[in-house]
Amino acid sequence: MTSAIRFSGVSRHFGDVKAVDGVDLDIAEGEFFAMLGPSGSGKTTCLRLIAGFERPTSGTIEIFGKVVQDTPPYKRDVNTVFQDYALFPHLNVRDNVAYGLMIAGLAKKNRHKSADDALEIVALGGYGDRKPSELSGGQRQRVALARALINQPKALLLDEPLGALDLKLREQMQEELKVLQRNLGITFVFVTHDQSEALSMADRVAVFDAGKIIQVGTPEAIYYRPERPFVADFVGSSNVLPPEFVAKLTGTMAYGAVRPEAVYLADHGHSACVKTVSFLGTATRVSLDVAGTPMTMLLPKGALIPKSGETVLIDWAAHDLHVMHP
Amino acid sequence: MHSDRAPLGLKIAAGFGLAFMHLPILLIFVYAFTTEDKSYQWPPPGFTLKWFGVTWGRSDVWEALALSLKVASISTVIALVLGTLCAAAVSRTKFFGREVISLLVILPIALPGIITGISLRSAFNLADIPFSFWTIVLGHATFCVVVVYNNAVARFRRVSGSLVEASMDLGANSFQTFRYVIMPNISTALLAGGMLAFALSFDEVIVTTFTAGQQQTLPIWMLEELVRPRERPVTNVVAMVVVLVTFLPILGAYYLTRGTDTVAGQGK
Repeated sequence: MTSAIRFSGVSRHFGDVKAVDGVDLDIAEGEFFAMLGPSGSGKTTCLRLIAGFERPTSGTIEIFGKVVQDTPPYKRDVNTVFQDYALFPHLNVRDNVAYGLMIAGLAKKNRHKSADDALEIVALGGYGDRKPSELSGGQRQRVALARALINQPKALLLDEPLGALDLKLREQMQEELKVLQRNLGITFVFVTHDQSEALSMADRVAVFDAGKIIQVGTPEAIYYRPERPFVADFVGSSNVLPPEFVAKLTGTMAYGAVRPEAVYLADHGHSACVKTVSFLGTATRVSLDVAGTPMTMLLPKGALIPKSGETVLIDWAAHDLHVMHP
Repeated sequence: MHSDRAPLGLKIAAGFGLAFMHLPILLIFVYAFTTEDKSYQWPPPGFTLKWFGVTWGRSDVWEALALSLKVASISTVIALVLGTLCAAAVSRTKFFGREVISLLVILPIALPGIITGISLRSAFNLADIPFSFWTIVLGHATFCVVVVYNNAVARFRRVSGSLVEASMDLGANSFQTFRYVIMPNISTALLAGGMLAFALSFDEVIVTTFTAGQQQTLPIWMLEELVRPRERPVTNVVAMVVVLVTFLPILGAYYLTRGTDTVAGQGK
C-alpha cells in the first residue's frame, strides 16, 4: 500500500510551546486513521499541518508522495471538516456545498446539480435553499461533510467533527462516517479526544501527548498492549502497575497494565482494600487500593459485589498483565 | 408587568426631548422662506420661495458644495481602504503592540477637533505643504478612518477565522477568499461606516478651518455667510438642503446595520 500522508521529523513550535515535536507518521491510502489525545496534545496542529493552515518549523510533510510544506492549503488535495463546521453564513446550503466547484470554475447549473446530488447522499435533499442558521447541529455537520467531499479530495481531514453533537446523534454519525469512508475508499484522518470514538471507528490510532506520538497501532493493540503508562491510562483507563510491582510478579523492571475487566475476586492473590463501589448498569466498578497502588476492577452483572471498606483478595490471569517496554 | 403603552408622563418627557432637539432645526427651515433678509425676525413678516431661486443662481454656493462633495467622497474612499486594512490587521493577527495601535486609530475621534486641526496645521507648516484641497482631505481622513475602522473591526470579530480557512481549504486563494467570503460578510458594515464617514466629513468645520487654504467647504461658507448680513435666507436654504441630504445616508446606515447581530457568526 502506498502512503497517503507521511510526516518525517515534523515539529511546529509557537515560541517556546512545542505544539508538535518531532513527529513521524505514515498514514496508508484508504485508511481510517484517528489521532487521539487530550486537548493541547498536538493532534489538531498535526491536522492543520496536513491541511496547510500551519507550516512546520522543521521536518517534511508528504501528501501522496508530494512534498507539501510550502504548498498553500488551496493547492492541496485534501479537504477539511471543521470543528465548528465553518459554513459560510451568507450563502445558502447549496452554495455552501458548491463553493469548491464555484472556485474551480464550474458553471452554475452544473455545480448546483452536483451540490444537490451531494446533499442527497448526506440525506439532506431539499435543504439546498436554506441558510446554515436554519439547520440543526447534525444537519450542519452533514453540510460540512458534503462541502468537503464535493471536490473529491484524496484525503478527508476531520477535526473533532462529532464533538458538538449529543450522544445519540454522535453514535449514529460514527456509524455513518464509517460506512461513508468504506464506500468512498478515501483516506480519513480523524482527530478526537474521545478514546471510545477513536477505537470504534479507526483502522489505526495514534495516541498523542505533549506534541509527540506515544503509540501508533490498531485499536486492539492500543487497548490491550499499551506501550507507555500514558496510553494505558488515557485509552480506556487501564490499571497501570509501577515497575516495582511488576518486577515482583515477572522479574522485569517495567510498567505493567491490566484491564479493569480482567481483574477478578479470588481465593488467594493480592490483598486489596475496597475504596468505592459504583454501579454502571452492565457492570459494577470497584476502586481498590493494592498496597498503595490504585486499581479499578469491573465486575460483571451477577458477580459478588464487595462493600467499601472491606479487604478482599484479587487476581488476574498472567496473560492479562501486559508488560510495557522498559 | 410591562404594558404595551408608555405612561403619559414618559410620552410627554419624550416629546419635550424631541422638541428640544429638533425645533431649532425646524426654525432654520422656516427662515428659508422668510421675506425679511437682514435679521432673523420672529415671526417672519411674510413667506416667499424666491430664496431658492437666488441660491440656485449663486456660484459661490455651487463651488462650496462641489468642494464639500469632493472632499467627503475622497476622504471616505481613503477611510474605507485604510480603515478596512487596519481592522483586518488588528482583528486577524496577533502582534506586539496591537492594543496600542487599536487605541491610536481611535484616538482622533476622541481628541477635540481643535487639537487635531492645530496639530495638522503645524505639521503641514513644518513639512512645507501648501494648504490645498488635499490638506482638507487629509484632515478629514483622520477621523473618517476611525468610523470605518470601528464598524469593520466589530464585524471582523464576528466573521470567524475558520471561514477563511474553510475557503482556502476548498481551493480559493487569498483574493477569491476576500471576494467571496470576507467581502459579503463585511460589506454592510463598510457601507454603513462609509456613509457615516461621508456625513461626518460633509459637515466638518473645526479641522477644516485649520487645514483649508482659501477654499471654502459648504459648512465654512455658511459660517462666513452668517457674519455677513447679505441675503441671509440663502444660508437657510442651503442648510435645509444639507440637512435633507445628510439625513439620507445616516438613515441608510441605520437600516443596514440594524438586525445584523446574527450575521456572520460562528456557524454554530
